[in-house]
Amino acid sequence: MLLRYRGSEGMLAWAFHRISGVAIWAFVVLHVVDIYLVGGNPGAYNEILKIYASLPGRIMEVLLGAALLYHALNGLRIIVMDFWPAMTIYHKQLWYACWVVFVVVGGPVTYQIMAPVFGLPQFLVQ
Amino acid sequence: MGMYSRVGRPRPGAGGLELAIWYLMRLTGVALFVLALGHFLIMHVLFDPANQTSTWIASHRWNSIFWRSYDWLLLTMVMFHAFMGVRTVVGDYVKGGPRTVLLMLLYLVAIVLLVAGTVVVMTMPLPGTV
Repeated sequence: MLLRYRGSEGMLAWAFHRISGVAIWAFVVLHVVDIYLVGGNPGAYNEILKIYASLPGRIMEVLLGAALLYHALNGLRIIVMDFWPAMTIYHKQLWYACWVVFVVVGGPVTYQIMAPVFGLPQFLVQ
Repeated sequence: MGMYSRVGRPRPGAGGLELAIWYLMRLTGVALFVLALGHFLIMHVLFDPANQTSTWIASHRWNSIFWRSYDWLLLTMVMFHAFMGVRTVVGDYVKGGPRTVLLMLLYLVAIVLLVAGTVVVMTMPLPGTV
């Protein structure tokens, strides 16, 4: 199904939803294991944390955030169309709206995560 | 379907377990919109991962019943949503015996992670109580 491209926004929205979903699932598996270490082996968790806070780690964090945000927004779009079928006529417009929110929210978050790597100031950080 | 774009799974018509899962995917999805995005915002925007050592989690992040309940609720919602989602993906690409084996393995991992996550969030001593 993933390899049979039928074109148009509906297909892309679906493919991105599936890819981001599987990616988030993989991270969740890793994340529950690393948090288990906070109780079971605090030193090992601190070592993993150094990877998360490194440049490659931060790039992965941005990608994770992007997957999460897309999946969340497109998921709402799916729910809207499931329970309000008339909205399926506007499924493309709803998808474009998802991308507008994605860029507006994702931009500042990306800056915030990547700023320390470039020695730039972070905002709000406790 | 014509003009209808099938981005979401069609609602199962036969009822029963599949229909319940269909509704629960949407219910947990809405919950995760708040819980998961909230969690990411707190951990990556309001705080920086570089400071989130084991000690910080034990003494600050998990210093209240509220945040532990929040994270446990997030855990239960995400375990259902993520593993039922992957179940759908497996069902789309794998058939027959291998599908059964993969799904059993998937459910086993889900249960192990749910137990491990529950144990760590519930048994770590609360600051001030030890």
